[in-house]
Formats: sequence, C-alpha cells, structure tokens
Amino acid sequence: MKGFDVTVKDVSRAYGSFKALDDVSIEIRKGEFFSLLGPSGCGKTTLLRIIAGFDTPDEGVVLLDGKNILPLPPDKRQVNTVFQSYALFPHLSVYENVAFPLRLKKVPATTLDAKVREYLHLVQLEAHMDKKPNMLSGGQRQRVAIARALINEPSVLLLDEPLSALDAKLRQNLLVELDHLHDQIGITFIYVTHDQSEALSVSDRIAVMNKGKVLQIGTPYEIYESPATDFVARFIGETNLFSAEVKECVPYEDYYMTTLDIPALGTTIKVTDYDNLSVGQHVSFTVRPEKLKITGDMPTKVGKDINLFKGIVEEPIYSGFQSKYYVSLENGTVIKVIQQHANYMDEGPDIDWKDQVYVSWSAEDGYIVEVVDR
Amino acid sequence: MNTHHLQERRGRRLGITYSAPMGLWLTVFFLVPLGIIILYSFLKKGLYGGVEWEFTLSAYQQMFNPNFMRVLFRTLWVATLATCFTILLALPCGYAMARSRNQVLWLALVIVPFWTNSLIRIYAWIAILSSEGFVNEALKAIGLISESLPLIYNQGAVITVLIYMYIPFAILPLFTTIDKFDFQLLEAARDLGATKAESIVKVLLPNIRSGIITALIFTFIPIFGAYTVPLLVGGKDSYLIGNIIVDQVTKTRNWPLASAFSLVLTVLSTIGVIWMMTSNASEKARQKSVVQVADTNGGLS
Ligand SMILES: Nc1ncnc2c1ncn2[C@@H]1O[C@H](COP(=O)(O)OP(=O)(O)O)[C@@H](O)[C@H]1O
Ligand SMILES: [Mg+2]
Repeated sequence: MKGFDVTVKDVSRAYGSFKALDDVSIEIRKGEFFSLLGPSGCGKTTLLRIIAGFDTPDEGVVLLDGKNILPLPPDKRQVNTVFQSYALFPHLSVYENVAFPLRLKKVPATTLDAKVREYLHLVQLEAHMDKKPNMLSGGQRQRVAIARALINEPSVLLLDEPLSALDAKLRQNLLVELDHLHDQIGITFIYVTHDQSEALSVSDRIAVMNKGKVLQIGTPYEIYESPATDFVARFIGETNLFSAEVKECVPYEDYYMTTLDIPALGTTIKVTDYDNLSVGQHVSFTVRPEKLKITGDMPTKVGKDINLFKGIVEEPIYSGFQSKYYVSLENGTVIKVIQQHANYMDEGPDIDWKDQVYVSWSAEDGYIVEVVDR
Repeated sequence: MNTHHLQERRGRRLGITYSAPMGLWLTVFFLVPLGIIILYSFLKKGLYGGVEWEFTLSAYQQMFNPNFMRVLFRTLWVATLATCFTILLALPCGYAMARSRNQVLWLALVIVPFWTNSLIRIYAWIAILSSEGFVNEALKAIGLISESLPLIYNQGAVITVLIYMYIPFAILPLFTTIDKFDFQLLEAARDLGATKAESIVKVLLPNIRSGIITALIFTFIPIFGAYTVPLLVGGKDSYLIGNIIVDQVTKTRNWPLASAFSLVLTVLSTIGVIWMMTSNASEKARQKSVVQVADTNGGLS
C-alpha cells in the first residue's frame, strides 16, 4: 500500500458559538478508501479543509504518517484536493490546468509533457487537452480536477462531494471509475459525501457524522447492520425505529434473547442481542424493511422467536425490482416493508392496496441500536 | 435561415432606436467639439485669441519644438509612473474590499471624497506637503529633521496627488472584477503547491485582466491630460501637456496650437485605449471561441 495514514485527534472547530466540529477523532489507514458521510452542514467540508490546510482547528492535531501537519501551509502538505466545484483555472487549458503543479516546481519541459500526457491518459482526456474548462461537460471537468490533484503524486487525495454536481446516471459510472482509480494508484482517499449509497458502495470504511460529531466509524457492513445510534440507523438506508423498554433478558445459544416492550406496537417483541441488558432499561429498537416478511395469509409455522403482526396495506409503491409497503398495524402504527421481486410476476404483485396482510420477522433480524439510559 | 435574417434586421433597426439618445449626446458633446478643435488646429492664430479663417499648418510646425517635445515625453513619463503606482495601490485595496464583509462601507469611503470639489482637495494637499505643512511639522516635532523637506512644487508632489485623485477610478473597476472572482481558485492553487504570491500572480491576476485594463484606461487618460494638479502642486519639472494647452489658450492666446496639442492628446489616448481593448477582446474571444459542448461523453468514454 502506498499513501499515508491520517490521524485526526480531538479536533474541534467553532465559528463563533457554533461548533462545526466537536471533538472529532478518526484514524484513517494507509491506502484506504475512507468516506466521511453525513447530512449537509454536519462539518465534513470543514474537516477536509483542516486536513488540506485551509482552516485551523481550535483544538486537536492532524497527523500525516505520524507527523503533525497543522503547522504546514497547504502547499507544503502531501495532500491534494478535488474541490466540490472543481475549481479549475478558467484562464488555462485542460493541459495547462494539469501541468500547473509541475510548472510551479519548474519541472523540465520534456518530463513535464510526458507526465501531463500520462495523467490526461489516466482520466481519458487526451482528446480534450487544448480546451478551456468552460467547454467541458461536468464529468470531464471532474476528471480534469482529479488529474490535476494526482499529478503531484500526493499521499492522500481529498475529494469533497466530487459527484454532487452531476446527474444520477453519470454519478454511478464515475463512482466506479473512482474506485478503479483508487485500486490503480493505491493512495489514501478521503471521500466526502452526503449520499449514503455512494459511501456504502465504494468505501473501505465510513465515518458517519452529524452536527460536528463522529457517531460511528466502521465498514459499510457494520454501519448498515449494526448502527451505533438512532441517527445512523435512520440516515443509512431505511428502517423502522422504535423506543422500547427491556422486559426480560435470558441467555440463548451464544447470545441473549431479549423481550422488549414497545409502546408504539402495543405489545412485546423478541430480539437477540450480545449484551446482557437489565430489566427496565430504555433502548432503541430497529428492524430494516427488507428483513420483514409480508404475506396475505397467516404464516403456518410461527416459532417462538418470530414476531408477527396483522395490518392493512396503506400504500404500495412498486419500483420494478422491489415493492415497498406502508402497513398500518392494528393499533395504527405504520411500519415499512420492502419485498424483493426475485421472480417474474405475470399476475402483478400479489399484495395490493387495503389488503389485510401479516408482517413478521425473526428475533435475529431485529437490532438494539443504543441504550438510552445505562 | 430567413427568419433569422429578418430577426437580425429588426434587431438592428431597434438598436438604432435605442442608441439614438446616445448618438445625439455623442454628437453634441463630443463630435462637434472635436470637429471644432480639428478645424481650429488648421487655422491661423488671431491676434488677441480666436482664429483667422485662413488654412495653415503652422500650428503643427510649432509643435515640433524641442521644448514642447520634452514636455510631451515628460507627460508620458509622469502619467505612466502615476498610473502604475495607482494600479499597484488599487489592487490590494480592491482585493481587500471584495473579501470584506463591509463592502458597502468601503465603497462609500471610496466614493464620498468625490462630493468635495477637486480643487479643495488639491489645496488640502498643499496644506499637507508645504514647507510648513503637516508632514514637515510632524517630522520636525519628533526630531527627525530640522530643515523642511522639499515635498511640494516638484514631480514627486504631482505624482502623489495624481495618485490620490485618480485611485478611486482604479479601485472601482478592480473591486467589481475581483468581487466576481472565485476565491476558491486561490485555495486550489495553494493546494497544488503555489505559494501565496504565486497564487496571486498565476491565478488571480490573469482572471481579473479585464478589470485591470479598465482601471488602466480610467486612470491613464485623465492623468495624461491633467493640468490642475501640476499647476497647483507642481514646479518647473512638472509642466505637462495639459498646462501647455491651458497656457496657449489663456496666456499666449494661440488657439490653433492649443487645438493641435489637444488633438495629439486625444489621438494618443485613443490609440492607447484601442490597443488595450483589442488585446483584451482577443483574449476573451480566444477563451470563448467554442460554445459549450453537450454532456455527451461525460462518463466512461
Ligand atoms: N467560514 C465559516 N463561517 C461560519 N460558519 C461556517 C463557516 N464555514 C462553515 N460554517 C458552518 O459550519 C457548518 C459545517 O459546514 P461544512 O463543513 O461546510 O458542512 P458540510 O460540508 O458537511 O455540508 C455549517 O453549518 C456552516 O454553516
Ligand atoms: Mg460540504
């Protein structure tokens, strides 16, 4: 692995009384594709600007390969940025934009030309090298920005929502390209996005942020399957989230079978958890819509670890590969269910508006997100 | 194709309607006086001012007098120097204003002095620079000098006051273009390895070119024709073309010669303006030579 590891340690940054970053600590490994994910305004750009050297934290340090880089100006850090708006130089051609860092270093003409062409080739822009940035499409501009940021051979590449200005289909393609590029050059990528699906699909690890705080750091799998907080559960994918109180907790195989009282459901449910929770504790409980089973008829086998509810379909949303149902349970609570359509359905979906249905899930598919009081 | 032509022609006709007031204004206040000046420069001088209606090239022959040539070159020198200093000072001012949160306040501070008559403002400089002026008295008070410094009635004083008089004309266009500049480009330059100075020279300046050229035109032209400033704070070494013209009209009463000098001033200024504007226009044309291409192969190509 090339690239450097980046350590952000206890970093805080306030604008007046507003805390844009609140005691943020992240350790990013060499060569990792690391994403900072969070809603707009949560401090992602602020953190990136601190790493790049355009902003200084009030507290904390940033280490690059173990060395504190905070005293260094931006031009002395082995870090380059792909800006959200690309920030291409409008007065220079594509070629000169990419050559800019080398001209500053007074690289000899022949070396410079070879290298600029190499990087233009890397992003497939040789055909456009004489154009000015304003003559390029959004996707091409983005690739100029990437080539220009990479030609200095940085140890870490920072990308601030590089795809947000592009349309959805192009985004998918460029995301895959970025992933290939990362495999090819092997340096550390720190990728900022507010789009959870982008982050889940390409990252080695993700830090989920909200209101200046890091809520959870983990692989896409960890973050989706075991969210650390209510916010993470709601922000990543879709979910059904309830507050609950622990009624009972007994050892069951190698974990604990927990009974939760959920006022919103008007009953108790079963869920397995690794922690031995004590009776009376308040927790948040989540179950992903795609883990729920929806059937028209009462399921025949109902084991003791199956949670079963009866309800009416309020709103079926068909979207080709899957359908989403808002099911109103008997006590009025609405629960989201997603059903994949793995087989061809000649007759159309078998569940329709106002149908009476049964919604069920196994105790293993629920998840206790966070303990509200400990 | 046809409708396009029609539209173009209609557009042109409308253009004439819209530009009529401007045309009238130009004719009355610019072309007619210019015509009179051209005419007078080819006539014989009257005995007590005015002209006699007799064609002659004598005004132009008189102009090629080494004394006058010296004044012409001196004027070019003083105007160039004053303009350069003005732009160099106006650039950081315009930059600071564009980045400030109090733009309105700064704009007001630049514009408000115009509400005071320019003569009064020049006289204020006499009070500042004269041998018993503020500067000399202050320097004496802190014991840096014992004799007054010759701060006034020389070229230095003229250039100083010219800069003061015309710097707003440079600050305003510079401020407007810098305000439109995307400051993130400077961060991008720093990110790519440029020092602060390099980012200014290689990224800011090329992108605010048009503002710099406007500022050059707005300051060089009035400075080139200035006569009150050299008259009031200048000495023998700062007698400029503007002063020749005024003296030829009011003292020597040689109106044809005054007209000939005015014409030279106008022609030189016009050449300068055209040169600066074409160099800017060709630069712009080069930048915009092709219309934006559609987003056809933005992705994997
Ligand atoms: N220079 C600044 N002055 C004041 N507030 C700022 C400044 N920069 C950012 N902020 C505030 O800090 C918060 C985080 O901003 P930012 O890091 O840009 O968020 P994100 O990139 O996650 O959308 C925002 O609420 C923003 O308004
Ligand atoms: Mg941002």
